[in-house]
Amino acid sequence: MTTTLTSPASSSPIDLEGKGQPIVDKTFRWILFLCLAVGVVFLAVLLVYVTIKGWPRLTPTLWENMPSIRRPEQAGAQSAITGTLWVIGFTALFALPVGFLGAVYMEEYANPTSRFTRFVEINIQNLAAVPSIVYGILGLAIFARALALGQTVITAGLTLALLVLPVIIVSTREALRAVPQNIRHGSLALGATLWQTTWRQTMPAAVPGMATGTILALSRAIGEAAPLLLLGAVTFISFNPTGPFSAYTTLPIQIYNWTKESREEFQILASATIVLLLVILLAMNAVAILIRNRTQKRW
Amino acid sequence: MSEIHDPQAPQSTSDLNNTGRMDVSAVLEGAEIPEAVSNIVFDLANVQVYYGDFQAVRDVTMQIGRNEITAFIGPSGCGKSTLLRSFNRMNDLIPGARVEGLLAYHGFNIYAPDVDPIEVRRRIGMVFQKPNVFPKSIYENVAYGPKVNGMKVNMDDLVEECLTKAALWDEVKDDLKKSAYALSGGQQQRLVIARCIAVKPEVILMDEPCASLDPIATAKIEDLMKELAKDYTIVIVTHNMQQAARVSERTAFFTADVDANGVRHGRLVEYGPTRRIFTAPHDPRTEDYISGRFG
Amino acid sequence: MSTALAESAAGGLNPLRQTKPRYGEKVIRVILFAAAAVSILTTFGIVISVLIPSLEFFSEIPLTEFLFTTTWTPLFANPQYGVLPLIMGTMVITVIAIAIAIPLGLGSAIYLSEYAKPKARKVLKPTLEVLAGIPTVVFGFFALEFITELVLKPIFPQIDIFNALSAGIVMGIMIIPTIASLSEDAMAAVPGGLRDGAYALGATKRQVALRVVVPAALSGIVAAFVLGISRAIGETMIVTIAAGLQPNMTLNPLEGMQTMTSYIAAAGAGDVATGSIEYKSIFAVGMLLFIITFFMNMISIRLVRKYRQAYQ
Repeated sequence: MTTTLTSPASSSPIDLEGKGQPIVDKTFRWILFLCLAVGVVFLAVLLVYVTIKGWPRLTPTLWENMPSIRRPEQAGAQSAITGTLWVIGFTALFALPVGFLGAVYMEEYANPTSRFTRFVEINIQNLAAVPSIVYGILGLAIFARALALGQTVITAGLTLALLVLPVIIVSTREALRAVPQNIRHGSLALGATLWQTTWRQTMPAAVPGMATGTILALSRAIGEAAPLLLLGAVTFISFNPTGPFSAYTTLPIQIYNWTKESREEFQILASATIVLLLVILLAMNAVAILIRNRTQKRW
Repeated sequence: MSEIHDPQAPQSTSDLNNTGRMDVSAVLEGAEIPEAVSNIVFDLANVQVYYGDFQAVRDVTMQIGRNEITAFIGPSGCGKSTLLRSFNRMNDLIPGARVEGLLAYHGFNIYAPDVDPIEVRRRIGMVFQKPNVFPKSIYENVAYGPKVNGMKVNMDDLVEECLTKAALWDEVKDDLKKSAYALSGGQQQRLVIARCIAVKPEVILMDEPCASLDPIATAKIEDLMKELAKDYTIVIVTHNMQQAARVSERTAFFTADVDANGVRHGRLVEYGPTRRIFTAPHDPRTEDYISGRFG
Repeated sequence: MSTALAESAAGGLNPLRQTKPRYGEKVIRVILFAAAAVSILTTFGIVISVLIPSLEFFSEIPLTEFLFTTTWTPLFANPQYGVLPLIMGTMVITVIAIAIAIPLGLGSAIYLSEYAKPKARKVLKPTLEVLAGIPTVVFGFFALEFITELVLKPIFPQIDIFNALSAGIVMGIMIIPTIASLSEDAMAAVPGGLRDGAYALGATKRQVALRVVVPAALSGIVAAFVLGISRAIGETMIVTIAAGLQPNMTLNPLEGMQTMTSYIAAAGAGDVATGSIEYKSIFAVGMLLFIITFFMNMISIRLVRKYRQAYQ
C-alpha cells in the first residue's frame, strides 16, 4: 500500500519567522551594551581630560624638579617619584617573601581540612576587602607609634605590604595549584624531601604566575594614597628620601596635595603627575600581560 | 575494561574456542623457574591498604624476588597500583592512607616507626603511567635525583651512564640542554627511567609505564626492562596480559571482591611463575581472566 | 651484579631508618607556618589598633551620644561627638554610587557573559580591568575638576564646589568593574546545559539571561552587590577630594558632606595630639567603619561560597 503525502493545510511555504518580541530583545541588548559603554566612555574621557589638562607640564621639569609652593612654574615631582620608589621597594621587600612563603605553606604543607587552614583562608578573604584607610589606622597605631618607627618610608612600606599581602598570597596559590601533581610525585619518588621538591620543582614552575601576581600587587600599592594620609606623607616634602627612616612623599599623595590647592597651575601639575603615574602603571601591567602570554606552559 | 585482546601486540594463535586458554607459548620465554622465590627482596604477609576506613587492598601474602620482573595483572580497580605505591611509601601522600600487616624489605618492616620514607624512596624507585619529566633540560632531569640526595659523583659521567643504560643516550647526546618536553612520549619515559636509576636504587616499580605509549615505544621499553632486570629488581603493574607474559618471570593476579554495598576491595588471587600462571593456573578466576571470559 | 645495597641479616639496624634528623625540614616548616600566620596577626593587629583607643574614647564619650546625636565637631572648642552626620554622608554618597554601579555593573556583566562575541570580549573585558586599576586619587581629581566643573555646574548652577553627587557618580563608575567581574564569575559558573535547555525550547537570549542565568547565579550576583556596597562605604580619596570635609546632616546631594572615611583621613593627616580625645575619635570612627564593612564582607563571602558549592 502506498502512503500518500497529505498536502499542507496552508498553501504558502512554512513560516519560520519568530513570533517573539524582536524589538524588546533588540532594545534589551542595546541597553546592556550601553551599560558597558558608559564605563568605557568614562574611562576614555578621563584619560583624554587629564592628558590635555596636564599637557603643558609634561616636560622634563616634572621629574627633574622638586615641588614648590611659591614657584609653581618651576615645581616638579621628583621627591614623589623617588619616594614612591623607596616605599614600593620596602613594600616588595616585606610583602613578597611573606606572601610567597605563606602561600607555599597553604598549598604544599598545610592540611587542607584543618581548622588553622580554614581560618587563614577566611582571614585572607576578609583582609582583601578591608577599606585601605583601616590599614592606615593599623600602620599609625602599631608601626608609627607602638613600634616607634615614626612617619617614615619603612612604616609606609610595612603598611602597604600588609595591604597587598592577600593579593600576593591568592595569586601565588593559584600559580602553585596550576603545577601538575605528578611533577611533585616524580620528585618525591626520587627521594627528595618536601622542601627540596617545593623549592627546586614546584616554585620554579610557578614563577610566571607569581610574577604577574607580584606586578598586580605592586601596581595596587603604587596607586594607594588613603593609608599614607595617616602616615605622614602629606607634609610638604621637597627632598628625596635619605633612607628607610626618612620622611617621604609619593606620587598619589603629591597629586592629592596639588589637587587641594586652589590655584590653577597646581591643578595642571596634578594632571601632569596623574599622566606620569598612569604611564608607570600601564608599563607595569603591559609587562605582566607579556609574561602571561609568553609562558603558556603546555603541561 | 580489561584488555583481553590487544590487537597491536604480537599475535600468537588465539585458541579461545577449543581450550578457552590463550596460547602464549610463542611469547613465553626463558627456562622454568621454581614456585618459591629464592632471593627475596620484598616479603609481604597479610598486607592490607586502607584509605581512611575504606579497605582498598586486602590480605596480600607474596614475595618479590631479586633481579626478577614481577608483574601485577588484573582488571581495573583491584588495587594493583595502590599496592605498588605502598612499596615505596608513595601512599603516604594521600591523607588517611595506611598499611597494615607486614611489608618487609630485606627483612625490615618498611612501615616501622623509625623508618624514613625518603630513604625508602631512594632505594625503591618508581616510573609512572604518564611520563612526568621535569620542565627542565634532559641533563638536569637525570642529575636531579643525585643532587637532592647529596651524592658526590662526577655528574657528567653519571648522566651519560644512566642515559646509556636507559637506551636513550644516542638519541639525546648531542643536546643535553634541550628541554625534556621536546622529547617524544617514549623518549620521555626512558628519560624517567634514566632519572630513576641515577640514584642507584635496588628496585624499580613501574605503574603501567607503557599505557600512554605507542606500540613501537612500548616494545623499546619492554626490551629495556629485560636489560635492566640484570641489575635491578622490577615490579610492574600492567593491564596488558601479553606484556606481562612477554617480560615477567613471575605474575601476580589480582581481582576485586564486591561487598554487599557494591564497594570493591582488591585481593590477590594467585601468584607464581609466569609460565605456569598462563598455562596452568590453579585458580578458576585466574583462568577466566587469562582466557578472556570476564573483564 | 650486586647493587649498592649489601645484603643485611634480619637482625641488626634497619637500613631504612632515619639516619639524618632533617632539622632543616622542621625549621622550614615553622618558617612557612609563621608566614601564613602573618595574615592572622594582621587581623589581630587591626582589631587591637582600633579597639583599644576606641574603648578609651567610649570611656569618656557615652556610646549613645556617639551613635545618636547629630553634631560632629570634635575639633571645635566645645566638641560634639555625634557620628550621625558622618554616617549620613557615607550613606548618601554610597546610595548614589550603587544606584549607578549596580545596574551598569550587572548590565555589563550580562552583556559580557551572554551576548559579547569572543573578539569583543577580548577588548571590553580588559577595558574594565583598566578602569579597575586607576588609582582612586585620580578619580577624586576627575570628580572635582571635570564632573563638578564641567558637567554638574551647567546643570545645577547652585551646586557647591564640594558635593556628594560628583563623588557618588565617580565612585559608582569606579565600582562597576568590581560588580561586573564578580557577577560575571557567578554567571560563568552556571552550567551551559541550563542555557542550552532553555534555548532548545525557543527562548531568546534576553529570556535566557533574565529568566535562567541571573536567577541561577543570584547568590553570586548578590555577593557582588554587597561587596560593591562595602567598597563604596570604605572608599576614601574620592570623597575626601570631591565631597568636602564639612559634616553635614542632609540628604541633598548638591551639598558637600563628610563621610566616616574622609573624617579619618582629615583628622589623621592633621596635627592632632596623640592621646587626646580628638585623636581617639579617629579610632572610634575607624572601628565603626571596620565593623560595618566586616559584616558586609562576611555576608559576601558566605554568598560566594554558596554558589560555588552549588555548581561544583
